Amino acid sequence: MLETVNLRFEFRDEDLETGEITSDEVLHGISLKIEKGSFVAVLGHNGSGKSTLAKHFNAILTPTSGEVLVGGINTRDKKRLFDIRKSCGMVFQNPDNQIVAAIVEDEIAFAPENLGVEPHIIRQRVDSSLKAVGMYEDIHSETANLSGGQKQRVAIAGVLAMSPSCIVLDEPTAMLDPKGRREVLKIINHLNKSKKMTVVLITHFMDEAAMADRTIVIDEGKILLDGTPKEVFSHIDTLDGIGLDVPGVTRLIHRLRADGFSLPPDIITTDEAAGAILRLLKKDTQK
Amino acid sequence: MIKVENLNCIYGEGLPSEKQALFDISLEIPDGRICAVIGHTGSGKSTLIQHFNALLRPTSGKIYIDGLDITDKKTKLNDIRKKVGLVFQYPEYQLFEETVYRDIAFGPKNSGLSESEIDRRVRRAAELLEIREGLLKKSPFELSGGQKRRVAIAGVLATEPSVLILDEPTAGLDPKGRERILSIIGSLHREHPQMIIIFVSHSMEDVAKTAEDIIVLDHGRVYMHGSVDEVFADSSRLLETGLDIPEMSKLVLALKKSGVDINTDIYTPDAAYNRIKRILTENGG
Repeated sequence: MLETVNLRFEFRDEDLETGEITSDEVLHGISLKIEKGSFVAVLGHNGSGKSTLAKHFNAILTPTSGEVLVGGINTRDKKRLFDIRKSCGMVFQNPDNQIVAAIVEDEIAFAPENLGVEPHIIRQRVDSSLKAVGMYEDIHSETANLSGGQKQRVAIAGVLAMSPSCIVLDEPTAMLDPKGRREVLKIINHLNKSKKMTVVLITHFMDEAAMADRTIVIDEGKILLDGTPKEVFSHIDTLDGIGLDVPGVTRLIHRLRADGFSLPPDIITTDEAAGAILRLLKKDTQK
Repeated sequence: MIKVENLNCIYGEGLPSEKQALFDISLEIPDGRICAVIGHTGSGKSTLIQHFNALLRPTSGKIYIDGLDITDKKTKLNDIRKKVGLVFQYPEYQLFEETVYRDIAFGPKNSGLSESEIDRRVRRAAELLEIREGLLKKSPFELSGGQKRRVAIAGVLATEPSVLILDEPTAGLDPKGRERILSIIGSLHREHPQMIIIFVSHSMEDVAKTAEDIIVLDHGRVYMHGSVDEVFADSSRLLETGLDIPEMSKLVLALKKSGVDINTDIYTPDAAYNRIKRILTENGG
């Protein structure tokens, strides 16, 4: 679905007075393949290049060198820009910066209208997109009156109305409260599991990364770790080294393992941790 | 000390859109405490803290800060704002001066202090917020998001308030940035042991790590108020209102539910580690 081949990107800045050009390479040759229908989390701290990478997935940025293919289309092909944006939609961090319409319904119809979709199909898409994110009841609400979590769900619905096969979300929950976060994560999970959409979730919350099938850790513009969340989080020292968190229970079990307790090395959720500790206790009482 | 007596706040009183945001709040926060305010969006957290520096006036009730009645209309706003410094959410958007130095100096300048006193305060605040000397001459707009946020906090701290309030100081930051802000809150507390620090947070891990006391608001009422130990020991009550609890509390509750003899007052990683290690050792693991 998405593919990057030796992707390099540098930001260029021209000093208006001296005409001097400075450049800063943010992505240093990233090659990766994201399969159709997969749920991939991209983890990294601020300035790691993860958002820059995300912006390549729907041609907001194009590589300085290397290639990015979205559903087989090269993002350098300017004539195919609409096709790229149609197949891969993007949701950003700040709910207030990506909503353009005053009424929820108009917001969702905005993209399909621009794509020249037939009015009766727009109607269907608006309704089904809002139902998919659980916002159908707010179809006539003013966007300004929505909570942060609701705004993000509307933003997601706006992307769904283009019926893309892939959705890229750049820290969609960073500015939300826990309730809004839970709502948005539930929707993201649903889109992947039930609607078989390809999901790329850019985040620095490790519990969100733990939900994905695959976690890619980006640091200083390079891929540092790539694997299932269990594999990635077992590299506690590497993650610590770049200032990323691992789940508290992963760290706890790691410490207990270091003390010689025979607990599994790949625990990432509270339930798994409780289960493993209980199993160990039971085994001992049976002895 | 902050003392709140029967505080009520009704938005748009008498209008069809009338909505009561705070109901009969009474509480005390002694000097030198780090107090976290938690609750859902809409529970009244922001409304409450905006009463503490008279940005909002109560519909009824009283608020005293160090004995000064800030709800009395005769009390000068300037005197209140000197006592209580409020750092809003995403304060990095409020920087406006030409240099970092001037931005931090803005508050003390308006208090009519001497040049040398202003200079002392700016440098002191910058030092506490880990803003390097070299940054002071830069434009605030050249800084990173995390740096800007620290500059904004320094600007409020430079007024040397006796109460410092931070509305979601770690929102939107990555783990490194959060860790830094939390450790700075800790060092502010050591440097100004008398100052009350109040922060609003949605992150139970941040609260567990940094706060001494917790005020839990729910639907405009004080739902719980006590030491961090007391509040988190009763984490099932937090769950009842749909709030999050620290990850270690979740683990401890799950173990207890399955019959493991463990106290629910454990919420930090170290305490959980020590206790679970002991349980495993005692059972011959």
